[in-house]
Amino acid sequence: MHNIKTVGVAGSGTMGAGIAIVAARAGFKTIVFDTQQAALDRARKQTEGFFAKSVERKKLTQPQVETMLANLTATTRIDDMAACDIVIEAVFENLKVKHDLLAQLNKACKPEALFASNTSTLSITEIAAGSGRDEKFVGMHFCLPAQLMKLIEMSPGLRTSDETFNAAWDFAKALGQIPVKTKDNPGFILNYFLVPFNNDAIRLVEAGVAAPADIDRAIKVGLGYPMGPLELLDLVGLDTHLLVAEALYSSTHEPRAAVPALVKRMIAAGQLGRKTGQGFYTYKTNAMFGG
Amino acid sequence: MQYSVINTGDSNAFEDDHALLSNASRSGEVVVILGTEAGKSLSELRDAAKKTAVLIELDGECLGVHTGESRGEEGGNVLGFSRFRLGAAEPTNLVELVRQPRTTDAAIAAAKAIFEGAGLQVAVCGDFAGRIIDRLVRPYYNAALTRLDEALASADDLDTTLKLGLGYPEGPIALLERTGLEYHCQVTQDLFEAYGEGAYAPARRARVAYMRAMAQRETGAAQLFPIPPSNGD
Repeated sequence: MHNIKTVGVAGSGTMGAGIAIVAARAGFKTIVFDTQQAALDRARKQTEGFFAKSVERKKLTQPQVETMLANLTATTRIDDMAACDIVIEAVFENLKVKHDLLAQLNKACKPEALFASNTSTLSITEIAAGSGRDEKFVGMHFCLPAQLMKLIEMSPGLRTSDETFNAAWDFAKALGQIPVKTKDNPGFILNYFLVPFNNDAIRLVEAGVAAPADIDRAIKVGLGYPMGPLELLDLVGLDTHLLVAEALYSSTHEPRAAVPALVKRMIAAGQLGRKTGQGFYTYKTNAMFGG
Repeated sequence: MQYSVINTGDSNAFEDDHALLSNASRSGEVVVILGTEAGKSLSELRDAAKKTAVLIELDGECLGVHTGESRGEEGGNVLGFSRFRLGAAEPTNLVELVRQPRTTDAAIAAAKAIFEGAGLQVAVCGDFAGRIIDRLVRPYYNAALTRLDEALASADDLDTTLKLGLGYPEGPIALLERTGLEYHCQVTQDLFEAYGEGAYAPARRARVAYMRAMAQRETGAAQLFPIPPSNGD
């Protein structure tokens, strides 16, 4: 079995920082790489804040946190990733950006190191094709926020070896996560089902079938979902939804994945959701969109 | 608010001791009509126009089937409603309250007060096939069944992912097994006929389950779930 002791995370945005917390918390030496020192500093601050809350809530002790933080280092030098047994990339969802990064990592890392992608929408096989080690490449999609969500969608690419997939699967379990296996399919499982469902909810608003609050109430009371689709979209942000949905639609061309026109109109109007105080709901007054 | 209940029989949405029935009076400013013949009895209701609201229990059909429609300006004091349930599962606490373009605010307010007074929650929607939930979830269930056929993931992994990733109480495959694939087939077939959109076309596994249930019904063999009558609009 592949002996993973040191974990690399490439990219220190929200997902990268969360994955690094998961790895350090599970006892792995963890190296976070980013080209921007400011991004690393911001991630470190967020990580320290997260761990401080964990101590406050008695989920962890202060000595445990000190050990975890000691496990966690950051670098802007890609050559420092040479120590890693696995590198998880968590950079912008753009194939060229990922290929450029992976080509550099391929030179810097030891030949036996595994590479993984946290992509939620791009093809693992296509990303792996630019890695220089497609047999040692696997999809590991953590859910947002990674430090709290247990699920990882694990996808082999067309050329991923069984040995690689099994080693990554065991690693996911060693992280304390729950892996599920899915084919290398656009959106994997979560986004494949969630994005069209949310688009359908937006289309009900567009068509005047019901107000957002009534749609959300129906879904929560009728099906027991923790949030209605329109509340969730406001939380995620309509700009983020647009990016994910366009990526899914460009891969599948399924009508339900196509972004409803209302999304673009709301974005143009600055109604992105909670972050702008206005989406399907108005957060100051809690009035409904269009009401 | 005082209201009376007319039970035309065969409503399986409310038990005899449900608060909606026990809170009712012999008469009142609102009439609630339950049962499969609810819509038909509207024309026999005396003084309907004088009531604040007349509430008709619907199955899958549109309210306009009973009230008639006119140039997008229909509506008054008559509303439709349906207590939501998934196939063979117990009814939920949700009532989908169906309005028309000119339905009065007073009628909607009265209907909400009655249902909420009986411990139910109300979602108001327009008079469209599938109302809110069926219209949203049937394409999702069809996609889950199709992706299971295409081996995107195992049934357990599909369910686990959607439960852990989105906090759903149950994954789609387990839910459809519990509530009846054949029932899903019938509901989504009706929506497919109403909207003509491929997303509503019953998935292969749903069609197989439906055909098997029908065959068992014909031979008198045991049947897991009752097949409700078809109700397209």
